[in-house]
Amino acid sequence: MRYLPLTQADRASMLETIGAGSVDDLYCDVPEGALLKEPVDLPHHQGEMQVERDMAKLAAKNMGTASAPSFLGAGAYRHHIPATVDYIIQRGEFLTAYTPYQPEIAQGTLQYLFEFQTQVASITDMDVANASMWDGATSCAEAVLMACRATRRKKAVLSGGLHPHYREVTETYCQYSDTQVAGRDGHPEHQATADELDDLIDDQTACVVVQYPDVFGRLSDHTKLAEACHAKGALLIVVFTEAVAFGAIKSPGSFGADIVCGEGQSIGNALGYGGPYVGLFATTSKLVRQMPGRLCGETVDQDGKRGFVLTLSTREQHIRREKATSNICTNSGLCSLAFTVHMSLLGEDGYRKLAAINHERAVTTADALDGVAGVEVVNDSFFNEFTVKLAKPAAEVVEALVARGILAGVPLSRLYPNRDDLGQYMLVAATETNTDEDIAALAAALKEVLA
Amino acid sequence: MTFQTHTGNRGLVLEEKLIFEQGEPGRTGVDLPDPAPVKSRLGGLARAEDSAIGLPGLSEPQVVRHFTRLSQKNFGIDSGFFPLGSCTMKHNPRLNEKVARLPGIADLHPMQPESTVQGALELIDQCAHWLMVLTGMPAVAMSPASGAQGELCGMMAIRAALDARGENRRRVLVPESAHGTNPATAAACGFTVDSIPATEDGRVDLAAFEAKLGDDVAGIMLTNPNTCGLFERDVRKIADLVHAAGGYFYCDGANFNAIVGRVRPADLGIDAMHINLHKTFSTPHGGGGPGSGPVVFSEALAPFAPIPYVVKTEDGFHMVETADEKDGNKPFGRLKGFHGQMGMFVRALSYMKSHGADGLRQASGDAVLNANYLLARLKTKLSVAFPGYCMHEALFDDDFLKGTGVSTLDLAKAIIDEGFHPMTMYFPLVVHGALLIEPTETETKESIDQFCDAVLSLVAKAEAGDSEFFKNAPYLTPRRRLDETAAARKPILRWSPSNA
Repeated sequence: MRYLPLTQADRASMLETIGAGSVDDLYCDVPEGALLKEPVDLPHHQGEMQVERDMAKLAAKNMGTASAPSFLGAGAYRHHIPATVDYIIQRGEFLTAYTPYQPEIAQGTLQYLFEFQTQVASITDMDVANASMWDGATSCAEAVLMACRATRRKKAVLSGGLHPHYREVTETYCQYSDTQVAGRDGHPEHQATADELDDLIDDQTACVVVQYPDVFGRLSDHTKLAEACHAKGALLIVVFTEAVAFGAIKSPGSFGADIVCGEGQSIGNALGYGGPYVGLFATTSKLVRQMPGRLCGETVDQDGKRGFVLTLSTREQHIRREKATSNICTNSGLCSLAFTVHMSLLGEDGYRKLAAINHERAVTTADALDGVAGVEVVNDSFFNEFTVKLAKPAAEVVEALVARGILAGVPLSRLYPNRDDLGQYMLVAATETNTDEDIAALAAALKEVLA
Repeated sequence: MTFQTHTGNRGLVLEEKLIFEQGEPGRTGVDLPDPAPVKSRLGGLARAEDSAIGLPGLSEPQVVRHFTRLSQKNFGIDSGFFPLGSCTMKHNPRLNEKVARLPGIADLHPMQPESTVQGALELIDQCAHWLMVLTGMPAVAMSPASGAQGELCGMMAIRAALDARGENRRRVLVPESAHGTNPATAAACGFTVDSIPATEDGRVDLAAFEAKLGDDVAGIMLTNPNTCGLFERDVRKIADLVHAAGGYFYCDGANFNAIVGRVRPADLGIDAMHINLHKTFSTPHGGGGPGSGPVVFSEALAPFAPIPYVVKTEDGFHMVETADEKDGNKPFGRLKGFHGQMGMFVRALSYMKSHGADGLRQASGDAVLNANYLLARLKTKLSVAFPGYCMHEALFDDDFLKGTGVSTLDLAKAIIDEGFHPMTMYFPLVVHGALLIEPTETETKESIDQFCDAVLSLVAKAEAGDSEFFKNAPYLTPRRRLDETAAARKPILRWSPSNA
């Protein structure tokens, strides 16, 4: 087996040094009958070529977004990833390193984490960010738990504009910690999220969670909501699913948000059928010690040179055990590197321009679809994703477009399977990867299917 | 010879500024077309043109050089021997990276219609099948993002099962040698943690465990092989006792790599166990993730597994995404956006197919053999924490350093200068000054010998009374010992023009 270097002679001489008769002898503590004598019922080992062939066969059964015009969003976005990103993250010193527990030989990881934290804090306009979470949905759940710790309250109010997966994960995380989750159901044609939540905020409310842009693609100014929260001693959590947006829209920090968290996949990370992704998490200096996850900080070494270490670990599970701020341990190190490399390539100008192109592509797509009979764009405002109402059930329309070689949007019935009132709505996202031909093909196919 | 260079660089050891201290406004590493002029539909929330975000501008070659230089300050498994106990730093095959990037995998959107992702669903189903056969368990939840989330998944299923029984059991028994994630996880599920002491031979104290059982006990969280690198030889008795008391058995599967293909957790009586794909099945650790922590379940807990999950029907594969879709199942909820760490499933399946049933069995055997060989060689000088054979990792305490003035930390730092990544230090907590060493199966006898020779020579040096040498190690790294106290006292967590 190509990964296993020991020869039979090695094994024999090592057993002799140990003083054991066989490898089975080393398993002497396994209870009688539980030690298998033969391999389990699975195929035996295969060469690289055979494995690659098997995996390629599975891949070939799928229709990838790179091979079709694709307008899928709803929390995961197809963007162009510069070749440099994948080259850097495949360097063995990054790929095959562990969590930087020995900082003297992990300055590479630590320095990029410090840069990552700075980039995340900069685009959200917050004081500090952590070294990543698992994904946007778990970041949201952890933000709610953090708000409960910080305020010593047990009620969270979730906006109807929050991504349903984020809501479900938050409810799952809260269900066994006596945290009450309140909120309203969302609808793409009802009032946007800014004002509808005021009357749900009371003296027991730990936080209000809004998504910006919201799950239907709408943009709202949350400044007043922040004021309403703060007036009652609650925190405002602003969640996002599209990290490119902050190159074009006002930052959540400028609204007065206390915690900003969301999904960083859009920058540097492949769609990859939903994971691994990278949760971004930022907050104010005041709340930093309530933060979950790892933090990298600056310090000096014995010779007085600047260096970086993991810090404030007294919040974490390996020190605090059952009193930790979270059980998170492994996070999304390599995905945060991909984010950092891509963001470094973009820089101030590139990031803004990428966002401007995304908005332009979405406006162009919306204009094209608005001209199709049976399609109505329902958003007043959006960044690179918006909701359309179709004359037929959206899931059927999406299937009909697959037959025409197009991956149209995400039917809201996929996100809200129990909501009969949303069956005719579809989310449409457009990014820099969508060409004029893609947009024309989508419009033409919709015209055909909806005729 | 030591002398100061003008640049601060020292040959191949290159100083590298933060990305924020480089670059020029107007410079960029991407060429993007100018967007066509359109009427903004940002609802009056456009970011002001003149408000800087604060990102530096660098060209592509600058960015490549920056991150290449940073990479050279890192130690990975590709660099050398990395015996970090409990973390399982084994070779990461590049085939797995290659297949994870195949078109039709890397470019799949999680919300595509099922008809367009049948291969992806089949791949998840295959990965699940391998995990179920290797553990002997009837069900698996694939979505947990890491080992810690796997624990959360298992403990939430236990909580849901207890709730379904209408029982208010809230006490969870956790051995004191457990990973810190175990008590943190139990607390997150609303349980209280009751610690079980260890025996003198590093296992659960069966009598103490039995005495703690009662009708308020939800279950036990037991790592097996445990964090001392030992197989819990009373594991079946523990399972029987906890079941008889009405509780469940959660097994932390972080050390499954020691027994894969040789012992099936189902045969030990467990109800739930997470599997760290990034440990046992070699998906790369990536400097701290991403991981993946699927959880296998017994019949008793399977109905409570979280959404989503894949089922095979006559019409092909189907992703169940809502709680009430299938009769009889009562999912406790959703743990993660979308469907889990697909990229890790691809890598793990590629790894499992490459090894096969025969190779996986050989891998666990070689891991245990390597650890016992290292134990046999080092115990000539180092103090073994517990008697007998170990599993995949060898545990020592710091008794052998007594009187030398050298601590476990000092020794670890001196090991760095010898060109190895140190072992895990000060964990598990049940051993004073612990050194936990896990060589893994992908190391040669030669590399283990070299490491043992180096450690033994350092121990001889410590015994000779050269403690000052150790106190100041490492000497040859890009940075020497870092002031962690200062970092925590006045945290600087980001770059800003004012702290530059």
